[in-house]
Amino acid sequence: MIAPDDPPILRVTALAKHYGARAAAIDVSFELWPGEVLAVVGESGSGKTTLLDCVSARQRPDAGRVEFLTRHEGMVDIFALSEAQRRLLARTDWGFVHQNATEGLRMNMSAGANVGERLMALGERNYGRIRQEANDWLARVEMDVARIDETPVTFSGGMRQRLQIARNLVTRPRLVFMDEPTSGLDVSVQARLLDLLRSLTRQLSQAAIIVTHDLAVARLMAHRMIVMKDGRVIEHGLTDQVLDDPQHPYTQLLVSSVLTP
Amino acid sequence: MTGPVLAVAGLAKTFVLHHRGGVELPVLRNVSFEVHAGECVALDGPSGAGKSTLLKLIYANYRSTRGSIGVRHTSAIAGDALFELTSATPRELLSLRRTTISYVSQFLRTIPRVSALDVVAEPLAEHACTDPEALRQAERAARELLLRMQIPARLWHLPPATFSGGEQQRINIARGLIRPTPLLLLDEPTASLDDDSRGIVAHLINEARERGAAIVGIFHDAKVRQAVASRVIDMAKFR
Amino acid sequence: MNAPDRSAMPPAAYARTWETNFNFAYLDERSKRMIRRAILKAVAIPGYQVPFGSREMPLPYGWGTGGIQVTASIIGPDDVLKVIDQGADDTVNAVNIRRFFQRTTGVRTTESTAAATVIQTRHRIPEVPLSAHQILVYQVPVPEPLQRLEPREVETRRMHGLSEYGLMHVKFYEDIARYGHIATTYDHPVMVDGRYLMSPSPIPAFDNPKMHMNPALQLFGAGREKRIYAVPPHTAVESLAFDDYPFAPQRWDAVCAICAAADSFLDEVITDDRGGRMHVCSDTDYCRTRQAAAP
Repeated sequence: MIAPDDPPILRVTALAKHYGARAAAIDVSFELWPGEVLAVVGESGSGKTTLLDCVSARQRPDAGRVEFLTRHEGMVDIFALSEAQRRLLARTDWGFVHQNATEGLRMNMSAGANVGERLMALGERNYGRIRQEANDWLARVEMDVARIDETPVTFSGGMRQRLQIARNLVTRPRLVFMDEPTSGLDVSVQARLLDLLRSLTRQLSQAAIIVTHDLAVARLMAHRMIVMKDGRVIEHGLTDQVLDDPQHPYTQLLVSSVLTP
Repeated sequence: MTGPVLAVAGLAKTFVLHHRGGVELPVLRNVSFEVHAGECVALDGPSGAGKSTLLKLIYANYRSTRGSIGVRHTSAIAGDALFELTSATPRELLSLRRTTISYVSQFLRTIPRVSALDVVAEPLAEHACTDPEALRQAERAARELLLRMQIPARLWHLPPATFSGGEQQRINIARGLIRPTPLLLLDEPTASLDDDSRGIVAHLINEARERGAAIVGIFHDAKVRQAVASRVIDMAKFR
Repeated sequence: MNAPDRSAMPPAAYARTWETNFNFAYLDERSKRMIRRAILKAVAIPGYQVPFGSREMPLPYGWGTGGIQVTASIIGPDDVLKVIDQGADDTVNAVNIRRFFQRTTGVRTTESTAAATVIQTRHRIPEVPLSAHQILVYQVPVPEPLQRLEPREVETRRMHGLSEYGLMHVKFYEDIARYGHIATTYDHPVMVDGRYLMSPSPIPAFDNPKMHMNPALQLFGAGREKRIYAVPPHTAVESLAFDDYPFAPQRWDAVCAICAAADSFLDEVITDDRGGRMHVCSDTDYCRTRQAAAP
């Protein structure tokens, strides 16, 4: 065995999800190891967002299993946990970065409160420490710490995304889910944000699943990639391999359709 | 440990272009050779002969159609056993790329905003995670290499996107060589370099050879090939 | 029509004076039973908001119907009732509610905290410490302490069920960041028995410590929101705060101008057009008792 024998941090087995007669995800299986970044790529309607929602427990799949490697109890089926346990996981060991930052932030609370909320939810009761952590994290996501008391209503899209990232990472989650984290942002802002995400996930050795329709984002961020079409995984492998030597006709179509300036 | 570091047997690669009516492009047909530690094998042949393709297959950037690629990995327990790349999982391949196989591509793929220093240090920094001492060492090694590559210090903190082709290539090479691995794949490492830089790169390649690396490379420049290659393989054999 | 002064009448006579058009304490027995069941549940789960079928009362919502329904369900012919509003027995609301119970139950009423067995209050806790045979009934406008932060009841129920109260601390964090201190002066949320987050009703933060380990039973009724909750006797009630910004209720620089009390909640009264003001005890009974005892 060439790679170390440690267990995966996430194991998805035969996942399926239907919306009425329409199958959004069919027979999806993969494993993810600590520190790996996996890109889920596909066009609209491919089922990638459904997949992300199911593995992050935001939705319950109709079939299949999602197992997560907890810190103290080994691999657990996340849907066999109680809601309280799942919510605790979602607050501590998982992060979820939404495409639209307003969904992942409390827009009427200050940046500091947004970052500190998870800590307070976990029982941190020292204001000074909370504020210090919030300060540190705002600096780490390259935000102006002087704006710690301002609400995100006054922030640009890129800043809101940074705040969302800080809010999620403050508990050092071992697995981060990202849903199109940079779509809708200006290109220059995207580049900086991706760079930030990349360095943070590497520094913290986090596993991440990034849903994106942008192949350049996948190439930049991910070690591995799965391509989805009509709810199925039609190709998977190392990111550079899937992008440089696509096997499946659909993947070839996707790759060849990308404009390069 | 006297076995080969790399053993390619019956390797074939055919590209199928599904959107060009399924046309098939056979590029490699039945490639077989071995490379031992301390050897530098130069792939020779006209363009289109599949030299780059072969390197990419070994690096698992391309998927083979047929055949086997065996790489001796660094596990002391396995001894001379070769690990089969063509059936490896992505995780195993990632591990191999970290510990065993380095690849210097023909062009530097630039990431916006990452400084030249960080680009070069990355293979070591990735391994270091947050260990501050290891990170410092990574930066030191990067600086040394950049110095040897004669990249002026004022460029170190700039992203390489705006550098000249030659400068980019030197950074690419530095990045490929900074973490010594048993197998090193080089695709036209001196293509856009002047004589001076070519000399430096040749020197570095020989250093790698001397410490026991097995090298497979494509060297267009005859002088460089002369300086580094211990053996030449003519790709015409495999058509 | 003014109610006759019953404070001097023997109990038997009381029974004959209450108006026989209504059931005892206005509510029918079934309703009282329903409310008592809710009260029992509330006492069994300190701080938990128990839904109940709030009845149509001869007062509109917002005038204390919740407190009145609780009192109506627990009051008996031998009880002695005190009703205060902002600490005073003689304000319009307190007078009306007291008269309501006089007319529908005939029970004795009093202004003395020590003499009462049931005390219904709006927005204050009496200064005189209560004892084991007393019940304090609070009038509550908004029973949900998280309502301003999370308006969705589905979410707040989940938060209570899972004991996820981080959001409340977020609000305090914001106060400290913005004002340098926690800004709630009334209705400061509390943790009851270490489990449920509770709104103590809009009593001043000054009164919160009185709730802790109180030998009396404390019942809370919200008529419009249709919730009842309770703090049983000798239950831990802690006001939320940060370790480095502990709970610190108000202090005045003045003492009561009438009885010289330095430890009671003081109302500031404007006395003239030139900005003259004086501080007096909000608790009228306390003030009067002290005055009477002073040499």
